[in-house]
Amino acid sequence: MQPSFAVRAARILLYLIILAIFVGPFWGIIVTALSGLVIKPGQLLLLPVQPTLANFKTALIDMQVWRYLLNSLVVAILGTALQVAVSALAAYALARRRFRGAAIVSLLVLSTMMLPEEVISIPLYLVVQARFPVIDASIYNTYAAMILPVVGWAFSIFMLTEFMRAVPKELEEAARIDGANEWQIFANVVLPLVRPALGTVVIFGFIMIWDQYLLPLVVVSDKQLFTIPVMLGMLRVDETITPNVFVAATLLAMAPTIICYLLLQKQFNRGIMAGAVKG
Amino acid sequence: MSATRDLSLGDEVPQQPARAKRKRARRLDWKGALIPWLFLAPALVIFTWFKFYPMASGLTMAFYDVQFYGESQWVGLDNFARAFSDPDLRAAVGHTLTYVIVSTLTASTLAFFLALVLEGQARHLRIIRTAIFLPAITSAAVIAEIWRILFNSAPYGVVNSVLDQLGIAPQGFLTDPGQALWVLVLMQVWKSTPYDMVIFVAGLVGINRELYDAANVDGASRLRMLWHVTLPGIIPSISVVIMLSFIRGFRVFAEVYATTGGGPAGSTETIMTHIYKAGFQNLEYGYASAVSLLLLAATIVLTLIQTLVKARLSR
Repeated sequence: MQPSFAVRAARILLYLIILAIFVGPFWGIIVTALSGLVIKPGQLLLLPVQPTLANFKTALIDMQVWRYLLNSLVVAILGTALQVAVSALAAYALARRRFRGAAIVSLLVLSTMMLPEEVISIPLYLVVQARFPVIDASIYNTYAAMILPVVGWAFSIFMLTEFMRAVPKELEEAARIDGANEWQIFANVVLPLVRPALGTVVIFGFIMIWDQYLLPLVVVSDKQLFTIPVMLGMLRVDETITPNVFVAATLLAMAPTIICYLLLQKQFNRGIMAGAVKG
Repeated sequence: MSATRDLSLGDEVPQQPARAKRKRARRLDWKGALIPWLFLAPALVIFTWFKFYPMASGLTMAFYDVQFYGESQWVGLDNFARAFSDPDLRAAVGHTLTYVIVSTLTASTLAFFLALVLEGQARHLRIIRTAIFLPAITSAAVIAEIWRILFNSAPYGVVNSVLDQLGIAPQGFLTDPGQALWVLVLMQVWKSTPYDMVIFVAGLVGINRELYDAANVDGASRLRMLWHVTLPGIIPSISVVIMLSFIRGFRVFAEVYATTGGGPAGSTETIMTHIYKAGFQNLEYGYASAVSLLLLAATIVLTLIQTLVKARLSR
């Protein structure tokens, strides 16, 4: 039964309204960033006027957005890499080895999932400020202060644990008979088999770290180290920036997560479901 | 170190094969027991350093008048007493509750209908679902800037010019103490509706098709099917979505701080912005830690309720 023309038209209209609400603002941002016509703050263009890339150039070079983007990229890429590595190792122990204390470790890690990061921001600030003995230096005002606290993430440990549990025991035993040691079993047998889950953990880790706001705000005071989300608010009140250039900077700030999301669709949806099921 | 010494010892005493064997077995056990801890070590170091220790020190700081450069004073429950009598905190809790409850219920209701409209495997539906998910993955700071543009109080601001077309006078939005919180609620709805929808779509897929067929045979109306088949089928998803966004909503910070900074006139101050200001602007670490602990307690209670509800539903 083919729906009538009226019903189909109504559906299409509904789709357009939905798209206008949820995607419209992004469209406005992109078009405005690409337009040469100078607007007032609070305005967005719907169609490009005098198309140009000059806004991006001004934002990146004159306003030094390249530096904040680079900071964000360094933190997000190194943070994700370390987070995935640390989580994969821990997940291997929790999923594939039976040992005394495993239940307690799982519980402790799980408890941090409930713990809102924000709640420990003050003691975390003091921990980051703490000076190491001997070298008499702290990680305050370094990339490490923004990276290390996000390396431990219960979500990725549990996601990987779940997937590693599903790897058949026989494969591991076969490798053991062939003389593989523990590390080889981890790196050559189990890890390649959980590649899809690694993809999910990478994209979620990246977006989570890119999204960090309170942490960089608290553990870094040197403007040269600010990440782009923290810097946006300061760029806005900068009197030398024009609205078009600021919109271009905003677009640059969201581009990496959007690219990541569009490239890794399948892994992404799996992660949402895992997060929703486990809480 | 001791493992290698054991090995040489075992090799030197071949006249006692039974003992050596037992020793080797014990050594393997010991090594076997160590291996999982080696794999766990990096995670344990990081978690202890940046999670467990700060947690524990936050717990103790709540009972002290913390001095950054001097001796901290034990003050017992003073920080908590102050928290309960602080009118600013009371206002912040009120704002947070309004923000969380209204945005959660609105977003999940909208998401439910959105999921009904956009459910299905057709190509255009998948593309629309992917596209409208953008607000959910965009970082809070970026969304804050987008909303400051959309809801600019100038008459030529994006939303104000739409209102102008409808014959409505320009509004103050984020600059109006009576409206700012509602603009933030709307922003949260905009960000979480697509996210909730994705979970609901998956819930809808899981509903047994035969139930619809049976309802069809019985001549049930569309509305009755929605009420008696669809809704019960995705109640588990709905409860998860609502509880999760409650738990997340209570600690809202970036969305508020980057958009209004708690203003105008404190009208959008939430629990976390209150803690941030107490801790990092007034340097009252002890008081801020006490409020953090109360927030944590609320989170734990909510999480326990969620676990109970989930257990109930899955029975």
